[in-house]
Amino acid sequence: MAEKILTCIGCPMGCELTVNYTEGDADSVVVTGNTCEKGRIYGTNEVISPKRTVTGTVNVVNREGTVVSVKTVPEIPKDMVIPVSEELNNLYVEAPTHIGDVVVRDILGTGSDLLITKNII
Amino acid sequence: MNYDCVIIGAGVVGSSIARELSRYDLKVLVLEKASDVCEGTSKANSGIVHAGFDAKPGTKKAYFNVLGSKKMEALSQELDFPYKRNGSIVLCFNEEEIPKLEELKARGEKNGVVGITILTKDKLLEKEPNINKDAVAALFAPTGAIVCPFGLTIAMAENAAVNGVEFKFNEAVKEIRPLTSKQSDTGEVRGFEIITDTCTYTAETVVNAAGVYSDTFHNMICEDKIKITARKGEYQLFDKKVGNMVSSTVFRLPGPLGKGVLVTPTVHGNLLMGPTALDTDDKEDVSTTGKGLAEVSDKAAESIISVPGKFVITSFAGLRAHSDADDFLVGKTAEGFYEAAGIESPGLSAAPAIGEYLANMIAYDLHAVKKADFKAKRVGIKSMALSSAEEKAELIKKNPLYGNVICRCELVTEGEIVDAIKRPLGARTVDGIKRRVRAGMGRCQAGFCLPRTIEILARELEVDVNDITKRNPDSKYTYPHKDK
Amino acid sequence: MTKDIVIIGGGPAGLAAAVAARDAGAKEILVIERDEILGGILNQCIHNGFGLHTFKEELTGPEYASRFIKQVEERRDGIDTLLKTIVIDVRAEGDTKTVTCMSKEQGIFTVDCKSVILAMGCRERPRGALNIPGLRPAGVYSAGTAQRIVNIEGRLPGKNVVILGSGDIGLIMARRMTLEGAKVHAVLELMPYSGGLKRNIVQCLNDFDIPLRLSTTVIDIGGRERLEYVVTAEVDKNLKPIPGTEEKIECDTLLLSCGLLPENELTEAMGVKINPKTGGAEVDESFETSISGVFSCGNVLHVHDLVDFVSEEAKEAGKRAAAYVLNTVPARSTNEIRLVPGAGVRYTIPVSIRKERLEDLLTIRFRVTDVYKDPEICVYFDDKCIRRQKKKIVAPGEMEQVILRRQDICAEENIKEIKIQLE
Repeated sequence: MAEKILTCIGCPMGCELTVNYTEGDADSVVVTGNTCEKGRIYGTNEVISPKRTVTGTVNVVNREGTVVSVKTVPEIPKDMVIPVSEELNNLYVEAPTHIGDVVVRDILGTGSDLLITKNII
Repeated sequence: MNYDCVIIGAGVVGSSIARELSRYDLKVLVLEKASDVCEGTSKANSGIVHAGFDAKPGTKKAYFNVLGSKKMEALSQELDFPYKRNGSIVLCFNEEEIPKLEELKARGEKNGVVGITILTKDKLLEKEPNINKDAVAALFAPTGAIVCPFGLTIAMAENAAVNGVEFKFNEAVKEIRPLTSKQSDTGEVRGFEIITDTCTYTAETVVNAAGVYSDTFHNMICEDKIKITARKGEYQLFDKKVGNMVSSTVFRLPGPLGKGVLVTPTVHGNLLMGPTALDTDDKEDVSTTGKGLAEVSDKAAESIISVPGKFVITSFAGLRAHSDADDFLVGKTAEGFYEAAGIESPGLSAAPAIGEYLANMIAYDLHAVKKADFKAKRVGIKSMALSSAEEKAELIKKNPLYGNVICRCELVTEGEIVDAIKRPLGARTVDGIKRRVRAGMGRCQAGFCLPRTIEILARELEVDVNDITKRNPDSKYTYPHKDK
Repeated sequence: MTKDIVIIGGGPAGLAAAVAARDAGAKEILVIERDEILGGILNQCIHNGFGLHTFKEELTGPEYASRFIKQVEERRDGIDTLLKTIVIDVRAEGDTKTVTCMSKEQGIFTVDCKSVILAMGCRERPRGALNIPGLRPAGVYSAGTAQRIVNIEGRLPGKNVVILGSGDIGLIMARRMTLEGAKVHAVLELMPYSGGLKRNIVQCLNDFDIPLRLSTTVIDIGGRERLEYVVTAEVDKNLKPIPGTEEKIECDTLLLSCGLLPENELTEAMGVKINPKTGGAEVDESFETSISGVFSCGNVLHVHDLVDFVSEEAKEAGKRAAAYVLNTVPARSTNEIRLVPGAGVRYTIPVSIRKERLEDLLTIRFRVTDVYKDPEICVYFDDKCIRRQKKKIVAPGEMEQVILRRQDICAEENIKEIKIQLE
């Protein structure tokens, strides 16, 4: 059994969670210190398979001095945050861009797509 | 010889000499180690044109101060820089010290300052209602004035450049060598070799206007050695919202370390307090300190009813070139070698007079003749903030860039910034823009306009945006990131 | 040009106000924006977390803005927008307000209108106002300036970073700079608590092992040309640096996230009464300022932590402005009830209400003065406590609100004052 102290990010209350669990076993997780269901879910995900949304920018080839913002959908595993961020430096799009346009499907094998989040005319 | 005259230093004094020399048919070069004019003592001071009652009669300080002060207004009209005669006040807090005010008045009169009066408490408070109510009397000198130190220096340098003076920046003079026996068998000293970190020049005459470094160059040439100490002065600048707390420049009775902390409106409508006075060994140390800034507030609080601490927008420090002799050294100190050394306060006020004095001396020695086509008049950069609605409309009609506001706090437009870059001796750096048109001088201190100013500089100078600097070449702002 | 309503600022507040005003029946609405595009500061806030309240989903800043831009586009029959135009003066004379604008294309021109909604947003507190001593090299940026450089222009303001101030922009930029390959050494916070949202501390700092040092500030800045180091020190209860706790951190970049200031130059110049606590206008239940027909909402009114609340507030202001121009609301009587911040409360929005102009529910937004654990948020009608609401924790960095019912307020005959306080 392992124990982790977490601050819940479910809402601005920021409850301090104590999570007891066996590595990789979602059924083993016991969350205490939470004041609602959100805390239990966050605590469980955080010790079993933490996920994050990566936001960043990619180059716009035909607009000098401009980049366009992007995000991963759905969230990617937390340990892929840095590799995916680095990968963004190698990507290019052409203006105009539209919110929701796919830049890359299944980025770095995460199963998540990289989507444009800004309209550039 | 490459040049008739090489001037070391493009501060207010060097620029003044350059401008006065540019009246003559001479080949003049100004060498400046920084990236722009007005980068040393000239950029960080009180911006005061002293009336001239403070300096000891008979000193060079007294002479050049009163003369410079008298010239300043006409010069501000000729060269189009901001100047305002707001009057100076010296506060007295003690009945027993009133005779000292009388002494100061007599000293001023001896120096040739006109119009000095002693104000009773009532008159003083009527004139300056926000003064500390403990003041018992004050001296009032109506000829005291305020000036934009950048505006003055840049205007003179630009006018010099228009009239043919060459300026080289980012070039520090390392050595000056008299051209002696090597050049002439008689051993007669004639001319100099000026060695910088990148080049060597020769010139008939050299002017030392190197501010806190003027002792270095003096001591290279002259037998008698001088010592210039950098005396740091810290300042706090306040929002225009409190710019009218005082209308005159408010001093205390002077003490041994100078005129003390003054409180003054600036010519642009801010409130300024300072300076402290602390000697430092490091001639580049323009850092502010917690102690110094606290001292500024504490001392200013003795002069006015309250220090509006909430409205500070920035603080800065400058170094005065204080000479052990405690007076300006102005004149010819060796054959072909002219100096304006130890120029501390009232140096800004004195600069126009020093420039004229030295230029005349050099021109005489070189048998120079005046140019027929000297352009005495300069038209400054048109300020949108100071223009009427009709003038604004007219400016935008002529050049739409005047309709694009870059600095919101000071209402500075793209048109003004482009003009600042394009004109002779134009801005090459963000600080250069700031000092010419005030973009970034306001309450947000460039938070909004900095990226935009950088972009305009890069575009107009046709350089990479990441190569734009704050001032000297090592002060770049950004790194390229996604450019492959 | 003549309009019914002129909205100054095309950011989240201005856009939401325009949409709501149109939906409430106003027909001649003009939004004036100084930038080339609508959306304001949201365009550079590319992180996610926006819209949980408004759209029930997590959006990035530009996506959130685009939702409102779309709503404006759908209401082009009543909403005009002017881009790349700056307002340089607003004047109120009687019922007519005159807005003076400037742009490259049109030069100087004026727009007459019945109502003005102020939605200019805020700016960051600069280094000078913080009185941080030291040298003045390149490399000291306000966090928002750095955010623009990274997120819009795609360049890096530096590689070795220290951040002063744990407001949300500071926290967000700590993560952003890290993901762009910079090393963020620490986030320093003068106060003993963070000014930012807890979730941002977890996601932006803890995820990347960036230390947050509370009760710590910068006491010296070194480097003649480019920043070379900062000296940090811990501070005591009076926020004064403690000798002996100094630490030098070598870095080329210092980002400042030390508070936002409502940008009210126009507001002050036109003579609107300002609340010194917020730096924004004093407004009543209708978000109407001391000048009739002039409304204020969003960060120019008071600084928010969540854009969702900006939209909500602006929507209300837009609706009220529409009612003003359509004459469907009673004029302001002298019969006002003052709202007073009591113990532990720094300010309230609004500062006054009039019964006859209340809607069914009245939202009172406020900020507390300090971190309090287990407080009761109490509402007093004059001396009578009418509500106590327990709360786990409150902090200055997180806006609070209480909602009162119109019928409760109107049930009381002669209330002069409503007080919100912590007990």
